[in-house]
Amino acid sequence: MSSVNPLQHEAGRGLDIQAIRRQFPVLAQTVNGNPLVYLDNGASAQKPEAVIDAELRCYREYYANIHRGVHSLSQRATTEFEAVRGKVRTLLNAPSEKEIVFTRGTTESINLVAYSFVEPRLQAGDEILITAMEHHSNIVPWQILCERTGAKLVVVPISDAGEFSLDDVESRLTPRTRIVSLLQVSNALGTVNPVREVARLAHARDIPVLVDGAQSAPHMPVDVQELDCDFFAFSAHKLYGPSGVGVLWGRQELLQAMPPWQGGGDMIRTVSFEKTEFAEPPARFEAGTPNIAGVIGLGAAVDWFLALDPAAVAAHEADLLAYASEQVGGIPGVQLIGNAEKRAGALSFIMTDAHPHDIGTILDGYGVAVRAGHHCAEPVMRRYGIPATARASFAVYNTRQEVDRLVAAIHKVRELFGG
Amino acid sequence: MDQPQDPARLYQDAVIAHNRAPRNFRKIQPCTHRADGHNPFCGDEVQLYLRITDERVEEAGFQGESCAIATASASMLTTVVQGRTLSETRELIAAMKALMADAAAAERLPETAAELRVLAAVHRYPGRIQCAGLPWDTLDQALSASGSTNTDAEPSVRVGR
Repeated sequence: MSSVNPLQHEAGRGLDIQAIRRQFPVLAQTVNGNPLVYLDNGASAQKPEAVIDAELRCYREYYANIHRGVHSLSQRATTEFEAVRGKVRTLLNAPSEKEIVFTRGTTESINLVAYSFVEPRLQAGDEILITAMEHHSNIVPWQILCERTGAKLVVVPISDAGEFSLDDVESRLTPRTRIVSLLQVSNALGTVNPVREVARLAHARDIPVLVDGAQSAPHMPVDVQELDCDFFAFSAHKLYGPSGVGVLWGRQELLQAMPPWQGGGDMIRTVSFEKTEFAEPPARFEAGTPNIAGVIGLGAAVDWFLALDPAAVAAHEADLLAYASEQVGGIPGVQLIGNAEKRAGALSFIMTDAHPHDIGTILDGYGVAVRAGHHCAEPVMRRYGIPATARASFAVYNTRQEVDRLVAAIHKVRELFGG
Repeated sequence: MDQPQDPARLYQDAVIAHNRAPRNFRKIQPCTHRADGHNPFCGDEVQLYLRITDERVEEAGFQGESCAIATASASMLTTVVQGRTLSETRELIAAMKALMADAAAAERLPETAAELRVLAAVHRYPGRIQCAGLPWDTLDQALSASGSTNTDAEPSVRVGR
């Protein structure tokens, strides 16, 4: 990236959203006869040319397996692949790039911690603490562990607004708590959680904290040292990168002490039939040939995102979310689900007369893509006594005009179903 | 190329009307057959109740919470099967399953069940086919549950992923 950023206006004028939009080929199309309004970024974000090109270049110019060949292509692929650890280190302000483990996504990152870090320490009667707003990926791995070990899953409740209280966290931290695992931003409600304060409470009792950053990393500056968490997981595909790639960051001393999760090539130092010595982290946790071009695409996404400046992205999206909350929330018969004081990324809503799935289908007819469903957070839906919500979720390339299109399409739903 | 299309096509008057005022939206008590349908993908729930005597559907009703497509499909189902023999009802289920697989199968529906043809529009929205099919899968389940007269028994059917 050059030092003059073409995606930003003059100092103080924020991002040039139209210039950003032009970098996303997929956005320049019509859907059902209308210009696409893509508001399903919480499920997955679109990809800028920089990311598409990076993957393409890998396959066209230097693709080979990594960590193996003495030949030139393999060396170049290895160099490009390994360089991504440094980029992710910068993104997260992690102390060391040796702490960056590549996975298939947030889900695999959480599972890695569950099986490699938590399970060996888990006895029957121990506890795992999560919150009532977790995504299934931060519920099910723990339930499986509990089933295997006789440990107990403890859940911090949430309020109608979609927040938990630190008192409710503190009162559930016991001598048996082995880990606290929570999302930083709720995919279903948009709530931004006080993870730093949770980490402080947990660390006062020597309890490690895993932060699910799938919905925070794309929307705000993340600093794992400032958050003072022990593990941080996110997915490339929500951060404008390829699908099938994710990251687990973990404190070096914790990763060092963890046994491998999967065995195979690339994660060993020496292998004989008598004894295998495992590689140091992060290689220890990266068995088998990884998604090479995907990781390189993640590197391009991180470069691209950092060049925008995550704080500027957060400011732009905060404006969109506030505007959308006001506009959508003001439509008669529409109820916003989740009204936390601090929110980011997503706006969930239901309508008196229309089921979320009908809303989603009708909005699609007007070119507006939203998600309708339980958002892989069925317990959240149950908490509010609803089967599903419609969710508009934002990315840096979205505009207020697109929010207006969303609002106009919701009015069409009302016309069709109302009265 | 994307064809401009009228998003309301799936939501034709008949579908909207059935959704707004579902027919036979009630529990049949006592019933001879019942089943619960659930679509975990979108959370649609349909509870279907039938009173069948002498191989004929005397009464059909449904309850539950679901989208307009599933609600309209269930509402139409209850009106259409009422008075039909069991074998006629099974033919109807087969015809509806064919319709869910292929819009052209709408022709297989008998004239007496012609109103169901509007549901062929779900083929414009492949993600919604399950919604229209759910009540019919549930009916199939209810009938194959060996005519249990035990209304506490809740044979259930799950569709989707």
